[in-house]
Amino acid sequence: MTLLITIYAAVIATVIWYRRKDDSMKLGILCFMYWGAALMWLVDAFFEYFELGAEYFTPSGQDMLNDTFLGLAAVALGLIVWVVRLLVTDPTGSVRRALKKEG
Amino acid sequence: MACFLAPVTEAVIVTAVEKKMEAGTKDTVTVENSEGVVKIPLRRKLKWLTRMLWGGAFLLAFEHVWHGEVTAWFPFLTAMSNAEDTAEMLKEIGTTGVCMAALITAVWAGICRAADSIMNRKTDEETEVAKA
Repeated sequence: MTLLITIYAAVIATVIWYRRKDDSMKLGILCFMYWGAALMWLVDAFFEYFELGAEYFTPSGQDMLNDTFLGLAAVALGLIVWVVRLLVTDPTGSVRRALKKEG
Repeated sequence: MACFLAPVTEAVIVTAVEKKMEAGTKDTVTVENSEGVVKIPLRRKLKWLTRMLWGGAFLLAFEHVWHGEVTAWFPFLTAMSNAEDTAEMLKEIGTTGVCMAALITAVWAGICRAADSIMNRKTDEETEVAKA
């Protein structure tokens, strides 16, 4: 489930990146981060499959729930890293403008 | 156990190479050579690799924290507590970890090849002009 959720996140991020009007949102970082994690979990899944065989595709309910939770948490963490980097680098100067504003 | 350490090692090396190149030139824009072939600078391509390696390894490290395999206190990896687990951890780094780093690098090579190919692809308009 972690792998599947990360792949979905990577595909969605890539589609949004492809449809972008400009590079101000720095979506490339998000795409590379999710694709990197998805590829790494893919290798992990292969090794687990070779170890467990067909059993790999029939996980227990508790394992699936835990993996789903982990996948969603990983996607959320990726989004946090991206948004913090966006605010710190401030490519459009939006944060700077907000800080300059009085009141 | 600690398979993310192999991609992290590669990320450190690639980042060092990229920073060394950065010191030499600030140029990251695409350049066209005398034969009309458009090339994307290697430094820019290395940035893609480092982002994939660091980003992937970071989320994978988070998974290890989630499973209690990485701790905030020394020796940071629970597998380091006894020799048997340490041997298993090193085996996992050497197999799964190295395969992860190799797959990321292979995919990155494919992306670079595709990017160069896209940059040199002729648009319909350019093909029409060349025919005329």
